[in-house]
Amino acid sequence: MKLGFYPGCSLEGASREYNESVMAIAEEMGIELVSIPDWNCCGATAAHNMDKELSLSLPARNLALAEEAGLTELVVPCAACYSRFCATQHELKHDENLHKKINGIIEKEYKGNLRILNVIQFIEEFIIDKLEDKMKFEINKKVACYYGCLLVRPNKVLNFDRTEDPQTMDAVMKKLGADSIDWAFKTECCGAGFSVSFTETVGRLSGQIIEDAVHRGAEAMIVACPMCHSNLDMRRPEIDKYNKKKSDMPIIYITQAIGLALGIDRKKLGLQRHFVPVKLNDFKPYTKKTEVENPQKMEVE
Amino acid sequence: MSDSHNHLIDNSLSGKIKQNVGVSLARCYQCGKCSAGCPVSSDMDFPPSLLIRKLQTGLPEHEEEVLRSKSIWYCLTCEMCISRCPMEVDIPPMMDYLRSESLRLHKANPAAKNIIKFHKAFLDSIEQTGRLYEMGLIVDYKARALNLIQDVALAPSMFAKGKLKIMPELIKNRKNIKQIFKKTINKKQK
Repeated sequence: MKLGFYPGCSLEGASREYNESVMAIAEEMGIELVSIPDWNCCGATAAHNMDKELSLSLPARNLALAEEAGLTELVVPCAACYSRFCATQHELKHDENLHKKINGIIEKEYKGNLRILNVIQFIEEFIIDKLEDKMKFEINKKVACYYGCLLVRPNKVLNFDRTEDPQTMDAVMKKLGADSIDWAFKTECCGAGFSVSFTETVGRLSGQIIEDAVHRGAEAMIVACPMCHSNLDMRRPEIDKYNKKKSDMPIIYITQAIGLALGIDRKKLGLQRHFVPVKLNDFKPYTKKTEVENPQKMEVE
Repeated sequence: MSDSHNHLIDNSLSGKIKQNVGVSLARCYQCGKCSAGCPVSSDMDFPPSLLIRKLQTGLPEHEEEVLRSKSIWYCLTCEMCISRCPMEVDIPPMMDYLRSESLRLHKANPAAKNIIKFHKAFLDSIEQTGRLYEMGLIVDYKARALNLIQDVALAPSMFAKGKLKIMPELIKNRKNIKQIFKKTINKKQK
């Protein structure tokens, strides 16, 4: 099976382990991810902070190229790119004049027929049903699923999961045998775009997120956004400074967690690239639950 | 909401927000949920609900304060405010509009200097290569912000973990990207 794919700049650089783990699980499931030919950066926070038409044109060029390539579904693992793509699609769908104007700027014909999927929608639609047959281990750990901002907000545009207490990632982790905890910072902002320019603010915001998860006994945090991962993993010195204590809870992409359950080699999942070492092991071997689960029923038969 | 006054041209900042962004600030009844949920309201000179209140008055001195504020630049666009607003006052696109107006009128707050430098370095990278060149961005930004010491320690370990590319990725149709910049942000800055 072939699906359209937009890696985005982070997945080609500082977050390449996210890309590696997406590719590894797709390969395991027999899915081919086809990148948009000659894709460009989505513009991220910088574009929409500085110029609206630029912030719509950069994603629109990618969407038009994807349509030209005959793609119908587009998997966008980076939550920030996903958010910019959905915002562009939404805005142009509801404003015909703007749509025409942007097509003129990009010198391409973007029609708006593409189905944009975030990483969780990709997992729900193409991976989750095949897990039982392929799983080798249960991730028998306490985990905190962290969604951040751009995967769930604004709901009017994304129409995905609940904004205050989302559950989709938790459901995936439960399927992998994990104990996903209830906690208070699931959708609080990590500081995102201020990673380089306002590092102290990131230390405070990400620090509160780490502190709550650790306090509630999480052994790992599960994420689906490269910016969240960078802040929570790479900015750990600033986080520990804010919390006035050291924490060693690793931050794992949901695709890496699936990869671990499938028994994929840790290096292939890029786990060695993290700043906070991923020491988690001793996973319980997984045995597929058979149809006859009710002993009473057996006796009757 | 009554739109009976739409035939009059409203030159106030809130009028321009309504025309350009489609956000009606008259809907805000000052419940303060945006300010309570905003992760950076404590860093701002005034939180989102007070910013809206200032614009609701339509007084030039209040509008000036808003355009020169730190608040518009400290906003992370995390979208928490809009997801909690009972009146669906869409604050994030309003903030985008206020930022571009503040830039256009050369009124950006000095405290936002580094944020703007970062955005400019980011966009320059896209304009030149079509993609974000992280190594180039960090070097370019640090040089612009004259802040070479901070984060330099991070670069060697990022490199060792395979997280930094030495050379930029160049897309083929860079002409197309340059055109897009020329027709949008660069047109307005001239």
